[in-house]
Amino acid sequence: MTQEFRLKDEGLIDRSKKISFKFNGKKYFGYEGDTLASALIANGVHLVGRSFKYHRPRGFYGAGVDDPYALVQLIRNNETIPNIKATEQELFEGLEAKSVNCWPNVNFDIGGINNFLRIFLPAGFYYKTFMWPKSFWYRIYEPFIRKAAGFGVVTHEHDKERYEHKYEYCDLLVTGSGPSGLASAYSAAKNGAKVILAEDKPRFGGSLLTSEVTIGNQTGKEWADKIVTELKEMPNVVVKNRAQVFGYYDHNMLVMSERISEHMPKTEKFMPKQKLWYIRAKEVVISSGSIERPIVFGNNDTPGILLSSAAKEYMKVYGVLVGKKPLIFTNNDSAYETAIEFKKNGINPIVLDSRKELNSDLITEAKNLGIDIKFEHVVVNANGYRKVKSADIAKISEDKTNLGKIENIACDCICVSGFWTPTIHLASQSGGKTKFNEDIDAFIPSQSKQNETTVGSANGIFNLNDTLKNSFEAGYELSKKITSKENKLSVPAVVEKKNSKHDKFWCVPLPKGKKYKRFLDFQNDVAVSDIELALREGYRSIEHVKRYTTLGMATDQGKTSNLNGLQLVSNIENKVVPEVGHTTFRPPYTPVSIGAIVGREVGKHSKPTRKSPMHSWHEKNNAVFVDAGLWLRPRYYKKGNETLFDASKREAENVRKNVGVCDVTTLGKIDVKGPDAAEFLNRVYTNAWLKLPVGKARYGVMLREDGIVMDDGTTTRVSENHYHMTTTTAQAANVLSHLEYYLQIVWPELNVNVVSTTEQWAGAAIAGPKSRDLLQKLFPETDCSNDGLPFMGFIETKLFGVYARIFRISFSGELAYEVNVESDNGNFMWEKIIELGEEFKIQPYGTEALSTLRIEMGHVAGSELDGRTTPFDNSLEGLLSKKKDFIGKRSLQKEAFISPDREKIVGVVPLDKKTSIPEGSYIVRDANAKLPNPKLGHVSASCWSVEYNNPFSLAIIKDGKNMIGQKLFALSPLKNKSIPVEIVSSHYVDPKGERVRS
Amino acid sequence: MLFIKCPYCGIRSQNEFAYGGDATVKRPELNKEISDKEWDDFVYNRKSPRGKHLEFWHHISGCRQWFKVHRDTATHEIFKTLKPHEEL
Ligand SMILES: [Zn+2]
Repeated sequence: MTQEFRLKDEGLIDRSKKISFKFNGKKYFGYEGDTLASALIANGVHLVGRSFKYHRPRGFYGAGVDDPYALVQLIRNNETIPNIKATEQELFEGLEAKSVNCWPNVNFDIGGINNFLRIFLPAGFYYKTFMWPKSFWYRIYEPFIRKAAGFGVVTHEHDKERYEHKYEYCDLLVTGSGPSGLASAYSAAKNGAKVILAEDKPRFGGSLLTSEVTIGNQTGKEWADKIVTELKEMPNVVVKNRAQVFGYYDHNMLVMSERISEHMPKTEKFMPKQKLWYIRAKEVVISSGSIERPIVFGNNDTPGILLSSAAKEYMKVYGVLVGKKPLIFTNNDSAYETAIEFKKNGINPIVLDSRKELNSDLITEAKNLGIDIKFEHVVVNANGYRKVKSADIAKISEDKTNLGKIENIACDCICVSGFWTPTIHLASQSGGKTKFNEDIDAFIPSQSKQNETTVGSANGIFNLNDTLKNSFEAGYELSKKITSKENKLSVPAVVEKKNSKHDKFWCVPLPKGKKYKRFLDFQNDVAVSDIELALREGYRSIEHVKRYTTLGMATDQGKTSNLNGLQLVSNIENKVVPEVGHTTFRPPYTPVSIGAIVGREVGKHSKPTRKSPMHSWHEKNNAVFVDAGLWLRPRYYKKGNETLFDASKREAENVRKNVGVCDVTTLGKIDVKGPDAAEFLNRVYTNAWLKLPVGKARYGVMLREDGIVMDDGTTTRVSENHYHMTTTTAQAANVLSHLEYYLQIVWPELNVNVVSTTEQWAGAAIAGPKSRDLLQKLFPETDCSNDGLPFMGFIETKLFGVYARIFRISFSGELAYEVNVESDNGNFMWEKIIELGEEFKIQPYGTEALSTLRIEMGHVAGSELDGRTTPFDNSLEGLLSKKKDFIGKRSLQKEAFISPDREKIVGVVPLDKKTSIPEGSYIVRDANAKLPNPKLGHVSASCWSVEYNNPFSLAIIKDGKNMIGQKLFALSPLKNKSIPVEIVSSHYVDPKGERVRS
Repeated sequence: MLFIKCPYCGIRSQNEFAYGGDATVKRPELNKEISDKEWDDFVYNRKSPRGKHLEFWHHISGCRQWFKVHRDTATHEIFKTLKPHEEL
């Protein structure tokens, strides 16, 4: 295929490097330096996709981020990526792209029928129609909408690309490398500031790439190139292209996405695809430029209609003609640059200018070139379906309400210019105020909230001379504040053309009897009539109009549509635009891929994994692991074909019969040290701690100030002023923060220090009737008898030469010990226990058996201490000291907490002794009562009691104490179960606690 | 993301810190008889102002010290940070 619309030698592309690519299955050629859009236009392709609602044919409207249409599905290195903007995607060898939002293909799209049904699809159509009947939603409406709407297709494959995050600090961040950005960055960098200059496009220079100006004795582009080269060589400057600053957050934190390898056929090894930069800048210069505004007229979304600045950019940067019979429709001077560019390339454009005949540098130049200019003329309507073929034009009255005789002229493109809209997104995101500038009919930043300064056309300054002057000044002043240096540069002299005043005109009236669709929002298909309807229906606030009509809510964030929408609302409402106000600008300015946001925190890297020192032993011995917070704990050790149920039952039975060993390293451990440690524990725990002797452990419960149980655990007095506190695995971090709060803020007079020692110790719980025999083997020199190491006793000793701590504490309800050694010796300890335990038939047990053992003993754990229960609820009232005050004590007087029918912990056994009760089941009196069935409480934990060989559960139910012996029901609507049960004591096994003391 | 000056470590990003609630609330002394109202004011009742607010933060991934932050809840402007027993 020849590139029929490619110019001979204009542009910044490299004609020596021909690139082949495919679009919708067809092969084309372009050049290095092209975007997908410019290469397609060079080949005469203007139809790229279908619009969102009506599936109307859509082409290219802009040449960069401003484009609302040109979304494609990109296939790169065997990966398919949705919603890539063709105007931003750089061409690479072998690129493949497809149109989105069309089926079966872009030329014949079934959804295009919506276009003919459009009178039935007005604003709010989806809200109105698909609301009723409700039952239709899932079966009919939703699948229909899903199929007909939407853009690209996401893959279900894992994204193999790598995305990185980077944190950076700088004195000055400059967002855009047009004349204002270059000038500020240069002037600040020369004054010693650490500068980051970010440019969204591959090429630096912004408007200087396409404008006919002189700076000093160079062309605009030459000057830009020189500045960029110099900046890149400075050690205090980071210059980034393909980098979009898309979000302005609190405290001058900005986020920028850098596209590192998307312009290449594939990502090289060790190279990320994108990098997300978190930049904390002392000062920010917003030099994001401006975007040309459309003028609204009939069928103004037809392919071949585009912004005049885009047409110029396609010629000057890419050497591509958007058409050979161009019509240029403008209300200001800048479109004349486009007309002149066409003329220079041998094409004869016709200019329609809505203004009365006037003269300016540009208009005179155009006239001298012999360009046909029709003043006081407008485009009324565009004809053509897949590509514009002709335009209906007419003379317009001075008040812009009456059209003259309609005339049809042939054209193959219409280049539109409705003046310029400053890109104030970042300035507004920063929290700064904006104001409406009547001179340019647009909002500009007014009052800054954070340290930012907006310069150049983003600030509504459209002439180069002022832009450079202000930007050099801003760069200097801002850097001086930071560096205290005074190296001021002189501003180069500028030669540019003077512009005449633009026409305050943005929408062409409909001719009598015509109902052309006049689009405001091209991506979301919002037309003038939709806004009119919304206002007729009573929507007033611009935020409501936006949501109802979806104006500006598409992925382009209304870059080309917002202001015209506001103009329309203010016209109808007879208000001025500032009274209507604009909707809130929110990040991101341009879409950001999820991969970039997630960065490298994917899969296993999404959070750290904590492993005990015995982890590899567990792995080797067929442990099946379970997540416990960040920890991985053995849930059970699988033998042969055992299920979880079989294995945990075997493990628990062995603890009751012989001896088992469980890895308890994950328990939180906190060293509490200092002369006031006892007093501190006495305030933190509900029970008494002042008289605990050295070498003894005690069980304690701590509350929050609101009286709810926070955590429980044993704490041991290691020496006079040294305690070893244990917490549950889940609450370890919270308990430490809690203790620090009281020590640092509430009772700073207490001389106590706390530090986490969780990872310093490896722990093994040895439990079962034969545990003492095993312990004696492990510690032959130590007296492990009931007298030598009584219940709740603690000794420091040696395990075959290794320092060890033995605590005689029990979670399983059996005779049990916990042995701690330093983490490095954890595996040694574990292997010794297994080795010497063999003669006692030792088996390791996991968390599932651990739960079984504690549940049938009635020991409370996380499922009962769930942040909603008091000590009374958990039958822990025996641990509440009456003699002293403690954290949360005052709350226990609350009426609700002492109410007699307060929920209380009980045991639950199914009457058939067979059916397991699902955790979370409700306990009710009558299984068949009318809904809502009054709920007495819930089942907090369930197990298979190995002691009695039947299911057993713990439940927390109203007036629990008096319910014992009653026959009730456990209902699980989730599992559709209704189980007759009997309420029993929560201490199902060994209620007197004789075993632990034996 | 806020930029918070820990009085002990200096300026760090918000993700090193945990919010710790209203710093103007004082815990009643231990063993002191107080009314339900006083206790409820301490445990539950907070003003949640729009504007200036003195609050606790905990430098949880840093020095682990609690300290006070004087912050505007609407604009997130931080006026001052103080050690726990310093007053504004
Ligand atoms: Zn700190």
